[in-house]
Amino acid sequence: MLVIKRIPIPALIGIVLTMLFVLAAIFAPWIAPHGNAEIVSDVPWEPMSAAHWLGTDNLGRDLLSRMIYGARITLFIAVLATALSFSLGAILGFSAAVFGGWFDTLLSRLVDLLMSIPTLIMALVVLSVLPSNLVTLILVMGVLDSTRVYRLSRAVAVDINVMDYVEAAKLRGEGSGWIIFREILPNALSPLVSELGLRFIYAVLFLSTLSFLGLGVQPPDADWGGMVKENKDGIVFGIGAALIPAAAIAALAISVNLVADWVLNRTTSLKGGRG
Amino acid sequence: MSSPIVKLVAQRIALGIILLLAVSVLIFAGTQILPGDVAQAILGQSATPESLANLREQLGLNDPAYIRYFRWLGGILTGDLGTAMSSGQDIATSIKGRLWNTLFLAFWAAVVAVPLAIILGLIAVRYRNGWVDKLISGLALASTSFPEFFVGYVLVFFFAVQHQWFPAISTVYDGMPFGERIQAIALPAAALTLVVLAHMMRMTRAAILNVMQSAYVETAELKGLSAFAVIRRHAFPNAIAPIINVVMLNLAYLIVGVVVVEVIFVYPGMGQYLVDHVTKRDVPVVQAVGLIFAAVYISLNIIADIAAIVANPRLRHPK
Amino acid sequence: MADKQPKPGQPKPGQPKSGVLLDIRNLRIEATVYPPGEAPKNIVLVHDVSLTLEKGKVLGLIGESGAGKSTIGLSSMGYGRGGVRITGGEVILNGRDILKGGNEGFRKLRGREVCYVAQSAAAAFNPAHRLMDQVVEAALLHGTATRAEAEKRAVALFKKLSLPNPENIGERFPHQVSGGQLQRVMTAMALCSEPDLIVFDEPTTALDVTTQIDVLAAIKDAIRDTHVAALYITHDLAVVAQVSDEIMVLRHGRLVEWGGTRQIIKEPRQEYTNALVSVHEIEHQEQKPGTSPFLSVKNITAAYGRSHIKVLKNVSVDIFPGQTLAVVGESGSGKSTLARAITGLLPPEQGTVTFDGRPLANRLADRPKEDLRQLQMIYQMADVAMNPRQTVGTIIGRPLEFYFGMRGRERDKRVAELLDKIEMGKGYVDRYPAELSGGQKQRVCIARSLAAKPKLIICDEVTSALDPLVAHGILELLLGLQKEENVAYLFITHDLATVKSIADSIAVMYRGEVVRYGAKSTVLTPPFDAYTDLLLSSVPEMEIGWLEKAIKGRRMASAGN
Repeated sequence: MLVIKRIPIPALIGIVLTMLFVLAAIFAPWIAPHGNAEIVSDVPWEPMSAAHWLGTDNLGRDLLSRMIYGARITLFIAVLATALSFSLGAILGFSAAVFGGWFDTLLSRLVDLLMSIPTLIMALVVLSVLPSNLVTLILVMGVLDSTRVYRLSRAVAVDINVMDYVEAAKLRGEGSGWIIFREILPNALSPLVSELGLRFIYAVLFLSTLSFLGLGVQPPDADWGGMVKENKDGIVFGIGAALIPAAAIAALAISVNLVADWVLNRTTSLKGGRG
Repeated sequence: MSSPIVKLVAQRIALGIILLLAVSVLIFAGTQILPGDVAQAILGQSATPESLANLREQLGLNDPAYIRYFRWLGGILTGDLGTAMSSGQDIATSIKGRLWNTLFLAFWAAVVAVPLAIILGLIAVRYRNGWVDKLISGLALASTSFPEFFVGYVLVFFFAVQHQWFPAISTVYDGMPFGERIQAIALPAAALTLVVLAHMMRMTRAAILNVMQSAYVETAELKGLSAFAVIRRHAFPNAIAPIINVVMLNLAYLIVGVVVVEVIFVYPGMGQYLVDHVTKRDVPVVQAVGLIFAAVYISLNIIADIAAIVANPRLRHPK
Repeated sequence: MADKQPKPGQPKPGQPKSGVLLDIRNLRIEATVYPPGEAPKNIVLVHDVSLTLEKGKVLGLIGESGAGKSTIGLSSMGYGRGGVRITGGEVILNGRDILKGGNEGFRKLRGREVCYVAQSAAAAFNPAHRLMDQVVEAALLHGTATRAEAEKRAVALFKKLSLPNPENIGERFPHQVSGGQLQRVMTAMALCSEPDLIVFDEPTTALDVTTQIDVLAAIKDAIRDTHVAALYITHDLAVVAQVSDEIMVLRHGRLVEWGGTRQIIKEPRQEYTNALVSVHEIEHQEQKPGTSPFLSVKNITAAYGRSHIKVLKNVSVDIFPGQTLAVVGESGSGKSTLARAITGLLPPEQGTVTFDGRPLANRLADRPKEDLRQLQMIYQMADVAMNPRQTVGTIIGRPLEFYFGMRGRERDKRVAELLDKIEMGKGYVDRYPAELSGGQKQRVCIARSLAAKPKLIICDEVTSALDPLVAHGILELLLGLQKEENVAYLFITHDLATVKSIADSIAVMYRGEVVRYGAKSTVLTPPFDAYTDLLLSSVPEMEIGWLEKAIKGRRMASAGN
């Protein structure tokens, strides 16, 4: 059983912070003091006050409310992109490892090719012609990142596929269903689960970068990366509004990292734990 | 140099050239995936049929895709990168100065980051599992979670706004004195350094640890060699190839970081040029600059592989 | 077993004697282990062990894995591997306690007074430097010789150790020299700085048996001629009996028995020592081959991939119901490939496998379930032969479900019966493989194969990863099950002692061919062909003086080196 006392403190911090972000995202309309696009002040960048805890942004909107709605957009896109990259990469990776042959060769070469260009550059190339909307964004992020999941799942599955217990199952005459779902998958789970955390972090960072460059979420909606872009001009005047969403991104990434680290440690020390 | 090495290196370079060609196809294809066409995207929904036809003619869009690809590739191989749609300027001319600026920035970031990462990696190994190691590893873990612009704007906030030691905007121009130029790029170079440092340090640490835990290092210790001699005579010759590998892979990563950092500091380099023209949907510029970034990235990866081949004694002294 | 028993006639601790080189008193060694997800804990590896070694003598340290023998050996150099710490006792070398000398003291002693020969010379040599540079390094470092002198000495040692090309072998890089030769070069490296003591840590364990004998003879000659003292660490009592003057038996980090070599192997006083000495002896009455084999391998030729190198050439063997065919050979002889060909994992290029009078399909995928059930397999590494995420109950129960459609209570009852058969009891049903010992894991694998009620079980080196006493238990279990279940074994091994214990007939394989085949008594009776003679004469016997006799009587040079 999971006892809270036995969770190490860094992991506990990670869990609490992650939960906080998730709750903010889910209940944004109920907890945000103001609307996302609601202008509450005539002057931009009002300092922090009792009325506006985090001050106001470049257009005089309540920054705390924007942050809460920003959490919603950021998490929504990152979760969907991760889900896409994971299902695509893992299914193709496992299939390539188990079936081998031309299917494996073709996919693996294609992935090599995609990975020989930095992801950001490839994303910029395709975003220069694709329409700017959320679907495009999620598709581009998901497909480009699935290459990494593909490589990992394929490598893990190939390693397991040559183990004697898989050979024993083949000698017994088991079909590929049993071999994939009963022999390989349970053993591939723990490296994949920790990778899930890392891919999510990467998705958050990647989305923020694209939005910061003006190629991600389009105004008036804004994820945290977009909010950095909106408020960056204040920095030279000594106004730190842009640093708040930037720090939130870092905090989310660190929190998930801490949780993923702990999950990895826990699962490898499970009974029969193999990394 | 004996023949197996020459052969392997030649193979690796040939493979790199094939890869580069494949990448050029990919980049070209990546700009053709739009449902509809480029002309429509540039001019928008309200464009008249005449203007669309004109633009299609102008861009050569009426030819089949493979002909346009070879025309484009042929141009690049002869140094003609095409014309920017948004400004009508020759791309090669616009890029020249910017490429140099980007390389200048990346070079100085590397000059700081590489030795620092190796030294920190060595310290972490030397005090392995001690508090220094844990601190370095912890900071490294944290900093891989930081987006580049967080690092960049924190630097600006403290060193350009609160203390006005460096400019917040890195303006450089032709004929700028070297000292001023260095001062202008100090903050972006520092941001880039911080972005790659953690990762490079962790990989260096892993590479050195791997060598330090090998049986031949134990043999050397059991001969009575001092810790320094063990490292110099036995660990270093075997660690150099993995370290070069680490450095090259991170320099490749640095060119991605450069895109964001240039935008933060409004630095007139390739990255900013690329982002500007993606926003303007200027396909010829995006294709050309994307290909240059990919070429640099692939070349650094090839160098990393070649370093590993050349440093392998099994290949240098075949049976 | 903690009772210390200094050898009769040896000086009591605290009474220095002129001839004593190494005197270890009440040595205690600890290590910190970091189990994942748990707090680090301290474990004691060596409990209060004392020993003395006279100048020019060889002391064998013997024990199973975890006995602490390497840890004790390395303590004589003040070295602890991977966070191992010496926490108590004294290590007195040449009259001074080296543990008091600190790091500076250790450096002066290592490579000069004490040198080390590792189990895997291939890993212990630096791949980036030429052999000669590494061989003379310690002598130059400690200033015991000039470069020219040291190199001259090294060449002389290469000659003494019968290395080919002694003048030039030093110019080579480690990867250019074979494993057996590297082991000898490493011995030369240890001798080059003329130390007082050499620690040999399983120096021949990684070698094939016909190579081992040469290296062993070379090491023994070199020790005798240079009058160096040695701690010889091994798990093989027959090997240590050839080189040692005295033997110390260790178990779980404690001293069990210490005495002269003859006394230990002929008149062991402790029960544990007795068990180790008699471990080779299982009396197995050979069964006469029946009238017709149920499985016949005819003229099989096989190769991996599209390679032209045939791993199996024209191999034919027969297996009779309820009997054991042992396939013996060294690494690369093709014995495991034969198993893969029979099971259909590697379809042979030519030849057939006949089962119950009809040919078996070449490819695994083409065989009906019933054929697969009849041929079961047990692997060398039991840990990787079982899915770590399945319980013992699932592992053993799956063949019952799969082949016989057993479900629920019926299956559980049968699983319990099988656990009983392997002497484990049904309490293990819910355990995971990681919670079992090495021997128990192998037993579960045996139960899994028995669950299919096969006619033949292929055993691929099933005991070679186990400690001798555990391996002994597995062999006895297999023999007992054979009587009960009338199952036949194809027993693949490199260990001739095991073959004698279990086989009814034997096939000797060498470079992909069967060079000798027949009933056990026939195969093991002269006249021999050259390779069988080499193989049989290379297996260490627990006799003093066996090594010299064996070297003298040989007709064929070693296969590898």
